[in-house]
Amino acid sequence: MLYWDQKKECMPREQLEELQLKRLKETVSRVYSFVPAYKAKMDENGVNPKDIKSLADLKFLPFLTKQDFRDNYPFGLLAVPMRDIVRIQSSSGTTGKPTVTGYTRNDIENWAELMARGLTNAGATSDSVIQIAWGYGLFTGGLGGHYGAEKVGAAVLPASGGNTKRQVMLMHDYGVTMLGCTPSYALVLHEEFLRMGLERSDLRFKSGLFGAEPWSENMRKEIENKWEIDAYDVYGMTELVGPGVATECGCKNGLHIAEDHFIAEIIDPDTGEVLPEGSFGELVITSLTKEALPILRYRTRDLTTINREICSCGRTHARIRKILGRSDDMLIIRGVNVFPSMVESILLQIPGIEPQYQLIVERKNNLDRLEVQVEVSEKIFSDEVKKLEELENTISRELNSGLGIAVKVRLVEPQSITRSEGKAKRIIDKRTI
Amino acid sequence: MAKQISVFLENKAGRLAHVTRVLGDAGINIRALSIADTSDFGILRLIVNDPVNAYSILKKAGFTVSETEVIAVRMPDSPGGLANVLEQMSEEKLNIEYLYAFLGMTDDDALVVFKVEDAEKAKLAFKSKGIGFIDEKELSRI
Repeated sequence: MLYWDQKKECMPREQLEELQLKRLKETVSRVYSFVPAYKAKMDENGVNPKDIKSLADLKFLPFLTKQDFRDNYPFGLLAVPMRDIVRIQSSSGTTGKPTVTGYTRNDIENWAELMARGLTNAGATSDSVIQIAWGYGLFTGGLGGHYGAEKVGAAVLPASGGNTKRQVMLMHDYGVTMLGCTPSYALVLHEEFLRMGLERSDLRFKSGLFGAEPWSENMRKEIENKWEIDAYDVYGMTELVGPGVATECGCKNGLHIAEDHFIAEIIDPDTGEVLPEGSFGELVITSLTKEALPILRYRTRDLTTINREICSCGRTHARIRKILGRSDDMLIIRGVNVFPSMVESILLQIPGIEPQYQLIVERKNNLDRLEVQVEVSEKIFSDEVKKLEELENTISRELNSGLGIAVKVRLVEPQSITRSEGKAKRIIDKRTI
Repeated sequence: MAKQISVFLENKAGRLAHVTRVLGDAGINIRALSIADTSDFGILRLIVNDPVNAYSILKKAGFTVSETEVIAVRMPDSPGGLANVLEQMSEEKLNIEYLYAFLGMTDDDALVVFKVEDAEKAKLAFKSKGIGFIDEKELSRI
């Protein structure tokens, strides 16, 4: 079993909690002194930094939300002056104003460390050739992966997103052993690889670290079988630092949260109450080492569970279950919650179905209607209408029983669903409410 | 036996034009065709002069394509010609999935393409009843 830093990753729980408490106290007092917006929240809740005496006292702190980022746009949540900031990254801002975050030199160093752990978990060593195909720029994926891979000592190919044909050529010609990108793009690359007619045996490709969008366990199987690699998950978001907050180990049984840098809680998204060990709910993250933009109890809107049992890999850091979906991506169709990843998981259980799909939501006569578009590959194509109709019915029946709502399935031509070079666009919501 | 090229098409404007243009540009001639459609999609079935080439060209152009074995049955081009064949097939309990007629004719005969459930059984039955069907080579010469 390979570790990036065994001492930190396998730290006994007691020692880890001691470290967490010390760092939490420091963070709270720094935020209280330097972030007026959060101080106001604490004052309003009648909480003072001195009230945080144990890790259990964390629950007294007010939540930080995406709205706080918007209200304090762009730099209101920074706890250090601009002269200490060495980098600014931000989200795309598709759901409103972009979410901005800053980094001090130490923050960048810690972030690289987090990604180095994740990449090592996924098999990276100084001998690796790692192609980073997440977008470089304001988006945290590219540079996050890049710094981590350099820290490991691997040879990094800063390919960034896009130019799919060139990506495959790089993988082939430069002996790439590992890839970092979104899971959907890993499949787009595979389609291109097949189109180019290259030999798998000419590739040195062994593993991949995939993230920046939710993906199902069946999607993992799909990527692993098609590419003949090991596929690992990485979790993070701009507000928290970027990718690397949690990463999967060789056991592929949950993502280890870097608990020396973050504290994770699970809350009931409706009441905000902390839920008991093992419950399913919204992930809330507190940062312990971030200097530029410390995060206290950030509501991620991601739904998962936390498992604090020691993993068979020996790491003591708690694991979160693979994220099913962000509550932002959740569709409510006739009162039923639907995540694209649920649809994906059901589709990929049906033999021959390709992982290219799209959800179209419409409202007709005040009734929501979900259409799932699936591309027809040669594996499922037939010259007989009745066989294709049977297939449509099978898919629709499976989705219906899995999701609990009626679904209209539409078979579409190959390549008619737009391939994304970054985060896949799975939902087209045409409802005007 | 004859090879039919089957193509998946969405019910969208211009798709049929696109397939036929791709074939036309490659110098492939369509000898018979039929379309089976639903409200969402259609299946275009083609008999062409060069099925092997047609298959790879369409695949390259990004279509979902398959090859299907069909039987091109020769029958007199006169009233009752098709009825006779169908009656005899019915006697032999041959299930027909679909059928369609050729565009071009040969002399006094008509050609009809059959997709049957059990092709081997159909061929034996046609032979024993003296119903003529033509093979790939003959088909490409038409």
